[in-house]
Amino acid sequence: MELEVIGQANEASGCSSSGCGSTDDQLSHLPQQILDKVQNHPCYSEEAHHYFARMHVAVAPACNIQCHYCNRKYDCSNESRPGVVSEVLTPDQAVKKVKAVAANIPQMTVLGIAGPGDPLANPERTFDTFRMLSEQAPDIKLCVSTNGLSLPESVEELSKHNIDHVTITINCVDPEIGAKIYPWIYWNNRRIRGVKGAKILIEQQQKGLQMLTDRGILVKVNSVMIPGVNDQHLKEVSRIVKAKGAFLHNVMPLIAEAEHGTFYGIMGQRSPEPEELQKLQEDCSGDMNMMRHCRQCRADAVGLLGEDRGEEFTLDKIEEMDIDYEAAMVKRAIIHDGILEELNEKHQQKSSSMSVPSNDPLIPANTRPVLMAVATAGGGIINQHFGHATEFLVYEASPKGVRFISHRKVDQYCIGNDTCGEKESALDGSIRALKNCEVVLCSKIGFEPWGMLEEAGIQPNGEHAMEAIEEAVLAVYQELIETGKIHESNAELKAQA
Amino acid sequence: MAVEIVDLCVNCWACVDVCPSDAISEGKPHMLVNAKKCTECEGDYADPQCASICPIESAILDASGLAINPPGSLTGIPPERLQHTMNEIQAR
Repeated sequence: MELEVIGQANEASGCSSSGCGSTDDQLSHLPQQILDKVQNHPCYSEEAHHYFARMHVAVAPACNIQCHYCNRKYDCSNESRPGVVSEVLTPDQAVKKVKAVAANIPQMTVLGIAGPGDPLANPERTFDTFRMLSEQAPDIKLCVSTNGLSLPESVEELSKHNIDHVTITINCVDPEIGAKIYPWIYWNNRRIRGVKGAKILIEQQQKGLQMLTDRGILVKVNSVMIPGVNDQHLKEVSRIVKAKGAFLHNVMPLIAEAEHGTFYGIMGQRSPEPEELQKLQEDCSGDMNMMRHCRQCRADAVGLLGEDRGEEFTLDKIEEMDIDYEAAMVKRAIIHDGILEELNEKHQQKSSSMSVPSNDPLIPANTRPVLMAVATAGGGIINQHFGHATEFLVYEASPKGVRFISHRKVDQYCIGNDTCGEKESALDGSIRALKNCEVVLCSKIGFEPWGMLEEAGIQPNGEHAMEAIEEAVLAVYQELIETGKIHESNAELKAQA
Repeated sequence: MAVEIVDLCVNCWACVDVCPSDAISEGKPHMLVNAKKCTECEGDYADPQCASICPIESAILDASGLAINPPGSLTGIPPERLQHTMNEIQAR
C-alpha cells in the first residue's frame, strides 16, 4: 500500500523527528497523485497556506454529538475558533457567497463545510451545497470535516460529489478516554451517554476512515490535545490512523476559556503550553506527516489562514454583488497558474542554492536553536507591521536549517455583552504570544513596542521587510552567531541556572 | 400532549430533521412546535426525538412544562459550578 511507502521514506531519510526540513519537505515524500491534490490546498500544505485561501460556509448547524470543548450556544463575530459562526446560511445562500468570494479573492481554492455543527448530521444541507457547487463552480476544491459518527453511511454520497478531502476529528481510540471527552451521542434515535456512546463513536470513526481510504479519498485526522485526558494517548491514535491510511495528522491545542462556557472551560481544564504541543507533535511525527500551520478556523472563515475577511461577504453585501462566474474562472485560472509557477521556481532555487545552512562553515553544529517570530500578511514574505499582526508565525533556526514551528495568536477574546472590556492592551497580548522567541521580524514597528519588546528580551527587527521569511530568519540567525549574541545569551542562561 | 420549544433554542435545526411527525418548523426567533402535530413521539420512539438530540439544556419542555433536559444533564457542568464561574467572570 502506498502509505507504507510514506513511512519508509520518512525512516529512510534518517530523521528521528521532523526536524529535517520544513513541513513541505515532508509532504514531498507523498506520491505524486496526492501532491497534485494538495499543492494548492492551504490546509494541507504549509507552503501553500501563504498563497492560497480557503473559506468555510456555515450550512450545517445541527450536531449529533456533544464534545466537552464545544458550546453550542456561542455566536460571536470577534472570536475565531471552530464551531463559532455569525450567520447560518441556506445552501442557496452559501453557493452565492462562495461564488462572490471566489470572484473577489481569486486565490481562494478551497471550500469546506465544517459546521457549526457536524456537516454529516446535516446531510441534505451539506450535500445540496456540494452538488450545486460542483456544477456551478467546478474550479473549487470541496472538503468536509466531520466527527465521524455518520461517516460510514455518507461515504457513498461523498464520493459522488468529487470531494477528495475529508477531515475526521479523532481524539481517542479508547472508549474510557472517549467518555471524558464526549458526554453523549445521538445514535439510533437515542441519546447514548458515557463509555457506551464513546465506543460507538470510535467504531464509526475507524470504519469511516477505512472506507474512505479504500476509495482513494484523502483523509486528514484532526486531534485535540487535552492535557491529562488524551495527550499521551494521541501517540497511539497517530499510529492507528496512519495504519488505516490517513495521510496527515493534525494535533491541535485545546481551546478552553471559562468565558466560552464549555465544559472544559468552566471546569478549569487547562490548554497545552506551546512547548507541550510541539513535543507531542514531534513524538507523533515519527509515525506520520504532521501539520503545524492549522489555525483552527471558524466554521464561516474566509481568506488566507489566519485572516478572516468574512465581514466583506455578509448576506446583505453579497446580495448587492453581481458575479459573472464564467469570467471569474478565467481570471482565477491565470492567478492560480501564476502562483504555482512561482512556487515551482522557489523549489528549484531552493534545491540549487541550498537555503539550509548545514554545510555552512559559519554555523558550528553545536549552536543552539533560536525561535523567531514573523509578522506576515501572506505570500511567504515579511510584510506586516508589528502592531497590525493578529498572529505571528514562529520559525526555528538551527544548524540544521530553518523550519516552521507554529503560529501564535495574539489573544483577542470577546467575552460578550457587559463583561466585554479591554482586559489588557493589545501590546501585552502580542508580547505574551511571543514567549520563548528571541527575535521578532516585521515590516515596521513603533517606538513604544520596540522598547517593551527589548525589555521583554525579544529583539525587534524591521531590516528584512519584504524579504522571504525563511531566508531572512537564516540571515538573522547567522548575524546572531557572528556578533556572539547566541553565546552571550547562553552564558546568561547558565548564570541564571 | 405536546412538547414546547422555548427561547433558549439556538436554531440548530437538529430537532426539525429528526421529528417523525413533521411537527417542528422554523419560526422567529426560534424553532416552533405545532402542538396539533406533536405526539411526543409516542408509538414511534421511546423518547421524544427532539429532546434526544437537542444540545441545549431546558430548551424543550414536556406537556407539564418541565424541562426534559434539565440544567447540567447535557453538558455535565454542575449548575452551581456554572453559576460560580459566571459570577467570577462578571466580577473581573
